[in-house]
Amino acid sequence: MCLGIPGQIVDVVDAEKKLATVDVSGVKRVVNIACVVDDTHSVDACVGDWVLVHVGFAMSRIDEREANLTLELLKELGEAQEEIAAMKASAEL
Amino acid sequence: MKYVDEFRDPEKAKSLLNAINGVSHHFDGEGKTPLQIMEFCGGHTHTIFRYGVEQMLPEWIELVHGPGCPVCVLPMGRVDDCVSLAERPDVIFTTFGDAMRVPGSRKSLLQAKADGADVRMVYSPLDALKLAKANPDREVIFFALGFETTMPSTALTVLEADKEGIRNFSLFCNHITTVPTIKAILDSPDMRLDGFLAPGHVSMVVGERPFDFVADRYQKPIVITGFEPLDILQSIWMLLEQLVDGRSDVENQYARIVPSDGNMPGLDAIAQVFELREFFEWRGLGSIDHSGVSIRDEFARYDAERKFSVPNLKIADPKSCQCGEVLKGTIRPWECKVFGSACTPETPMGALMVSSEGACAAYYNFGDLEALLAKQRSKKIASA
Repeated sequence: MCLGIPGQIVDVVDAEKKLATVDVSGVKRVVNIACVVDDTHSVDACVGDWVLVHVGFAMSRIDEREANLTLELLKELGEAQEEIAAMKASAEL
Repeated sequence: MKYVDEFRDPEKAKSLLNAINGVSHHFDGEGKTPLQIMEFCGGHTHTIFRYGVEQMLPEWIELVHGPGCPVCVLPMGRVDDCVSLAERPDVIFTTFGDAMRVPGSRKSLLQAKADGADVRMVYSPLDALKLAKANPDREVIFFALGFETTMPSTALTVLEADKEGIRNFSLFCNHITTVPTIKAILDSPDMRLDGFLAPGHVSMVVGERPFDFVADRYQKPIVITGFEPLDILQSIWMLLEQLVDGRSDVENQYARIVPSDGNMPGLDAIAQVFELREFFEWRGLGSIDHSGVSIRDEFARYDAERKFSVPNLKIADPKSCQCGEVLKGTIRPWECKVFGSACTPETPMGALMVSSEGACAAYYNFGDLEALLAKQRSKKIASA
């Protein structure tokens, strides 16, 4: 919940609601990207961005290297597996 | 330093440790008590234990593990409220997985589910909203939990529910705030902390400025810190440099994620939906002024506390628990009377044994107690 997990925005689902698909270690899920969009960075410009996702919301843009390092850390802490499992389970709700 | 080789850059870790040891003459010596540095955030506590950071540090640095684990500090009475909401036949009660096992005075949410309540684990508040849309004849309550890191997500979900006119959705709001809690710790009479590692992802939302008072008013150095073991070592070094120079500033070691002004869209959403409560109750720390938020009147129809009658009973922490003293650093986890005997991760009595990010559970699970005790003993011998 607090550490979040890095993923890459692969497409925009609903520009009006600011929803986009994020790929987190191969698991895809729709997240809200309102917190990484502003006047200088439109919804469409987000495709391809690496972001830190907290409970279904992209909270911060990060670079790819940072994303990979963070993912490695989360795996070592045992948090990544849990987070990805929760993401997968929620896709079936 | 047995764990240093596990660091992604062991050489950098070694040079930071050398630098830290290089200033020992400022802090170590006869009659001096160890420096106390608090990491507020449970995520930091987790990294510190996983990588054995505390054992690498010299004896004159003591890490105090703060209350920054939202699951741990949830008071028993609030868990009871969750259970009573979940037991209503018209309700689907949704929660993050971490909160399922937290003991209430009657039962946990996991036990309530086993007894027939419709409790569902969700990954995101968006999932709870989706459930509300799919089940228009049921009331879907989302158990909103966490510090400022998760507040934008629940606030944006409420705004979305409002926009779409969804009425069978509400929050049981238990969000807590970081800054008033740090202030309460600083105001506590037995406090003797020398500096803080500030939470990285809370800061990502709120920015640097809310921590100014720690440096200005209380004159304690504070460094916003990332979650890699090297981040933590580097921040400790930054704190020591401040202490050597006699400075107290807010510094940002985690600038790669934390913008100095925080996250504007997130802060806007929080401001629209939430307002500070006069006080909020914490497990282990008692009542702290302004340490929680509730839903503003404009969004009252999304507030489970107003929509339903919530018992809101105050259940006292067990008397033998010393979580409050551990949180403030006046005693170490293993010095608590019930640590490892009456209070274990399987049957937690106190807040800090509840989640793996709690300090007591971390000490208990990682089994490095011997090394830490040895460190403490040698310190005592050295200072005797």
